[in-house]
Amino acid sequence: MEIPYNTEARPDTGLYNAKLGIWLFLASEVMLFGALFSSYILLRTGAPSWPMGREILNVPLATLNTVILIGSSVTMVMSWASLKLKDFGKYRLYMGLTLLLALGFLVVKGFEYGAKFSHHPPLYPSTNTFLAIYFTLTGLHGLHVVGGMIVNGYLWGPGTKMWKTDPERFTNRIEVAGLYWHFVDLVWIFLFPTLYLL
Amino acid sequence: MALVDDHAAHTHGHAGAHHEPGFWGKYVFSQDHKVIGIQYGFTSLVFLLFGFTLMMLMRWQLAFPGKPIPIVGALFGQLNAPGGIMLPEFYNQLGAMHGTIMVFLGIVPLAVGAFGNYLVPLQIGAPDMAFPKLNMASYWLYFVGGVIMFASFFVEGGAAQSGWTSYPPLSDIAPDGQTYWLFGMLFLIFSSLLGSTNFLVTIIQLRAPGLTWMRLPFFVWAQFVTAFLLLLAFPALQAAAVLQGMDRIAGTSFFLPSGLVVSGQQLAVSGGGSPLLWQHLFWFLAHPEVYVLILPAFGIIAEVLANNTRKPLWGYKSLVYSVVFLGFMSFIVWAHHMFMTGMGTVMSTFFQITTMIISIPSVIVLTAFIISLWGGSIRFNVPMLFALAFLPMFAIGGLTGLPLGLAPTDIHLHDTYYVIGHFHYVVAPGTIFAMFAGIYYWFPKLTGKTMSELLGKIHFWFSFLFINGIFMPMLWQGLAGVSRRLYDGGESYSHAQGVLGLNKMMSYSAWGLALAQLPFIINLFWSMAKGRKVGSNPWDATTLEWAATTSPPLAHGNFTEVPTVVRGPYDYSLPGAPRDFTPQHEG
Amino acid sequence: MSSHDDVESVKKQTRAYLMVFWALMVLTVLTVGVAYLHMPVWMAVGVALVIALFKGTLVAGIFMHLFDERKLIYWVLALTVLFFLVLLFYPTLSDWDQRKL
Repeated sequence: MEIPYNTEARPDTGLYNAKLGIWLFLASEVMLFGALFSSYILLRTGAPSWPMGREILNVPLATLNTVILIGSSVTMVMSWASLKLKDFGKYRLYMGLTLLLALGFLVVKGFEYGAKFSHHPPLYPSTNTFLAIYFTLTGLHGLHVVGGMIVNGYLWGPGTKMWKTDPERFTNRIEVAGLYWHFVDLVWIFLFPTLYLL
Repeated sequence: MALVDDHAAHTHGHAGAHHEPGFWGKYVFSQDHKVIGIQYGFTSLVFLLFGFTLMMLMRWQLAFPGKPIPIVGALFGQLNAPGGIMLPEFYNQLGAMHGTIMVFLGIVPLAVGAFGNYLVPLQIGAPDMAFPKLNMASYWLYFVGGVIMFASFFVEGGAAQSGWTSYPPLSDIAPDGQTYWLFGMLFLIFSSLLGSTNFLVTIIQLRAPGLTWMRLPFFVWAQFVTAFLLLLAFPALQAAAVLQGMDRIAGTSFFLPSGLVVSGQQLAVSGGGSPLLWQHLFWFLAHPEVYVLILPAFGIIAEVLANNTRKPLWGYKSLVYSVVFLGFMSFIVWAHHMFMTGMGTVMSTFFQITTMIISIPSVIVLTAFIISLWGGSIRFNVPMLFALAFLPMFAIGGLTGLPLGLAPTDIHLHDTYYVIGHFHYVVAPGTIFAMFAGIYYWFPKLTGKTMSELLGKIHFWFSFLFINGIFMPMLWQGLAGVSRRLYDGGESYSHAQGVLGLNKMMSYSAWGLALAQLPFIINLFWSMAKGRKVGSNPWDATTLEWAATTSPPLAHGNFTEVPTVVRGPYDYSLPGAPRDFTPQHEG
Repeated sequence: MSSHDDVESVKKQTRAYLMVFWALMVLTVLTVGVAYLHMPVWMAVGVALVIALFKGTLVAGIFMHLFDERKLIYWVLALTVLFFLVLLFYPTLSDWDQRKL
């Protein structure tokens, strides 16, 4: 017996299994970042003084990273649309671009971290609570980017075999991977002003 | 457990289209929900026994403080117990790990991982869980998390010793075992997130035709709400574990306030953190976690009661609405664990009110269960005995919670043995008795054989006796003001002298309880090999896992054909029906 | 996902994706720009939050197709958002009547 509703939607919910699954997973991710933002609010409102992010952090680089990540969201959704239009070549192109942009994001992030560590005096997570939050939140977000790259890399490379055997299910997979990727983008949209601008 | 699967394979054969997995794919890295359920069950029972052993060691120290532990005392080495006499640090490790192991490695994996995994797909008429690979990953993440927790006993400084709640600043500056605790916890949280997502999708998407929400067995409802709690509450502890990990590894001060002095020396940290932040994040998980411990137990009790009273469960809809409401409310009561932390009066009032409100659905559930007994022709078999004992035991556990949920009484009772007695009544003779009821009840489903009634009854009566011998005196000690987490059990406190003698009684009861588990362990293995063979529906039950499949179920796919459900879950003793039970899929 | 995924509707969607991209770019520049206006803190937080919420709505609504999603997903998210808000603010508010801000 095959597991039902792997590809086609269940009539009463209108959803296929993986789509409901990823939204539930994202719900738990909302709570994870909610807990971290909550910690940020509690620690900041309890602190006698709090540095301005833009005076310590590199706003131009972070703005560049915002642009990169939003761009990767667009290429991700375009790769899904390409599959909907049965254009596999374009899918490959857009997914490849998504991966490159994600890599670009991590490289920029790496420069940012490097600059903090080589600063005089060096700025570490242990320096103060602001930097502790900065490194923890961006680090965890970075891990989410890496996780998304692994999934997207698989779907760009070896995972494409499924396009030949079960194109509809493969298209669903891209949609599900996309939902995760947009969520990573979404988190950054809130992290960026919180850490860098305020 | 090989036996179970083999039996199914040989008796019933396979659909043929399936690629037959080898030994490793079949028994170790299996993606079949039944095998994974059995793996979860076996692993969690071993952890339960292990956690129980830790407690028995603690009970020696509490009954005979400073005396060398007999027989096994030499096993713990000079660092933990020189000359067989337990050191305070070792006592703290045992306490912290007893709680952690029982909750996160024992009961939750047993209630959700084992019972949920095995039964939910069968009860909803599904071929498997929605995501079999994630299901396998979930078990192995749990396994690795357990191994890390176990390994932490052998690192320098020993296992975590800051209580199962791991409150900072103590936990921030504790030895390395705490870091292992955090990593183990992260694995367990990932495991539970994958598992709960899987359960929710399975229940929402894979219900058989005709199985509407109000025709679901109550057990499935309980698992459904439980999965929501795990999904949305655990991330808070995940975040907290990441922050504490940063404190311990990267030297941050999320939970360390400025100017903290330890052993007369100011700590060299940046400061600016808040120990209370941990408590908020921890209890945001851990209060829903309490309901994760009890809801699956409700589910099992409901099935056993309906089957053995031979009548429909009383107030099925009220039960369903109650557990949904319980689940919802459990997210907004957590601060009642923190009345003593300098909380504002407005907020503490709010949490006292929500705490009183959340007791209402629990009472509805218990009342519905008790009324279900009324007028039934009760069969007093072993699962039913455990289920019947659950009712008063859970009632004691629940009612002793009310004084703790009100700030004025909590001031006196907070952090005493009363608290320990309260939640153990909920979890031990409550949830664990329900687990036993479930094991005896569904054993024929897994093996096609029944467990011995005689051994089962010995197991039940002695367990019932001894478990009350442990936890009832704790309530008395707590009312007398004896603090929990005391290395000497209160010997050096004058106000504890009047209730000190109870320590010996509790310890003897604990060791007696251990002996009372021997008939269960023997029964389990003996019945697997030599138990009386029974048909596919030995209890004359109505739900799909009995009525529409064989026992044990098919190795792949569960059902020969997809059952179509036409009626509610508990149609027992229908007037005019040929038998006293009418299965869900029979017209 | 739109209920009929024919070629035309997908093409229409891709045009929307590009428009959202440019809108997000403009809003990014805007949020950086206003940060340097030296507003009082509460106002700066408010403005940044409103812009971020607007950007987030665009991403969730259009890229993640949330404007055109099934009822079940809305229920799951509504529940999540409720608990999210409790978790976000309660820990800080727990001693609010004892604080001197």
